[in-house]
Amino acid sequence: MRGKGPTEASRPMGSGLRSLKLCPFILLPGLSLSSCSGSHSALDPAGPEASYVAHLFFVMLFGGIVIWIAVVAALIYAARKKRVHSEESAGRIILWCGAILPTLVLGALLSYGLWMMPAIRPWVPDEQQVRRIEVTGEQFWWRVRYLDEAGEVMFETANEVRIPVGEPAHFSLRAADVIHSFWVPSLGGKMDMIPGRTNPLTLTADRQGTYRGVCAEFCGQSHALMAFTVRAVQPEAHETWLAERRASKPLDAEGLAVFLNNGCGACHAISGTAANGRIGPDLTAFGERGTLAAGALPHTTEDIARFVADPGDIKPGVKMPHFGMLPEDDINKIAAFLKELK
Amino acid sequence: MKSVIPKEVESLWTLFTAPTVWALHFVGCYAAVAIYCAKAASFDFGFDTVRLALGGLTVLALVVIVLSAYLAWRQWGFGSGDPPHDEPTRKDRTLFQGFATLLLAGLSFVAVVYVAIPLIFIAECQR
Ligand code: HEC
Ligand SMILES: [Cu+2]
Repeated sequence: MRGKGPTEASRPMGSGLRSLKLCPFILLPGLSLSSCSGSHSALDPAGPEASYVAHLFFVMLFGGIVIWIAVVAALIYAARKKRVHSEESAGRIILWCGAILPTLVLGALLSYGLWMMPAIRPWVPDEQQVRRIEVTGEQFWWRVRYLDEAGEVMFETANEVRIPVGEPAHFSLRAADVIHSFWVPSLGGKMDMIPGRTNPLTLTADRQGTYRGVCAEFCGQSHALMAFTVRAVQPEAHETWLAERRASKPLDAEGLAVFLNNGCGACHAISGTAANGRIGPDLTAFGERGTLAAGALPHTTEDIARFVADPGDIKPGVKMPHFGMLPEDDINKIAAFLKELK
Repeated sequence: MKSVIPKEVESLWTLFTAPTVWALHFVGCYAAVAIYCAKAASFDFGFDTVRLALGGLTVLALVVIVLSAYLAWRQWGFGSGDPPHDEPTRKDRTLFQGFATLLLAGLSFVAVVYVAIPLIFIAECQR
């Protein structure tokens, strides 16, 4: 995640010029191999909104290549100077290719983009946006609240969003501190989260799967470690999950006492326990999550222990105090408890 | 028929006419749509009326720009001489100004059209 990629770091300095010349040829196959597929690629769309974004990209890419080839061809032609052209014909070329053609191309692109806008960013009237998912960007994690038909909060979770496949998911995007931006490249374009505002965004996943979302607006030291997971599941499974999460069942486990005794419950809530803090991420069913600390770490017992002992070491500027002073045994108990929390 | 167009317009102000029209059209379009959409509930006409009105404003703006382009073209001697018109003479100064005004009018024309294109595509207020 941090630092340069191996290819970038290990490339000898001297070959810079040569690789620059070959750049377009290296770049294209390189791009298609490394970043055109995967759980967070705008070029591997998993829903209609993202398909339009990808479409737009390829139209622009193709158009750019055509124009680039034309300019280079004209350059080569001019450099060889086989035939002499009059100043007048040069002026005509400047007028047509330098003013009129770009005006038409830009006008066409503008119209094309505007025409595509409703598909890229479907607009759903307020009253049809039932069962919204309210996501609040916080330094450096995501508060996720599921609302019912009446707009009341059913339950809260964090850093992971579940949506039903094939149905539009309506997000209400907010920010608690600074501007963040909500972006799930596989599912659509990004949308800023602005303090004091609620921005609506509708995304649809066509394919079942797990997609990665990121914060796309610099928001502080750990901005690059502020990611989340979107799970697109079958609608029935989604309903079951919603019902399960709404029903809070009393919970007791060995680690819970250690968790509560060390004051974690002042900032974290776990449904069915005395922990009801609202400052940090809700940890109910934390064991089901795929990642830890907003995608900063894998979800393993060791990493949970490591994070609890020194969160600031993993996420600089994090709003959670470090607990390295606790006996190692306590930290391990908490980590094991959280890892298994269902 | 006596022409309504003045025989000679030769002040620096003509240079700014077209860009000014573009700026006013731009502000007019954005302000009208923003205000309408913020207060749509309190108006008893639809968004299409706003679009039509702004379409009218666009035509008006384009007409003024074409007129200013015509005056500039005339000042430029209808293209009788070739640029760059850089002699330190009164004649060249006039021609240069005419030519510059003509180019600015062309730019403003395109800009007004671009500003108006969204009116065709954006059919409703969104929040
Ligand atoms: C002062 C409030 C505060 C206290 C006390 C606190 N935390 Fe946190 N915790 C946070 C915040 C804020 C975050 C979000 C960090 C981030 O990812 O930016 C967090 C994140 C976490 C996460 C990662 C959550 C996720 O969604 O991946 C875990 C696990 C965690 N805390 C465990 C604990 C434990 C265990 C304790 C007690 C030993 C504790 N916290 C005490 C504020 C607190
Ligand atoms: Cu952020």
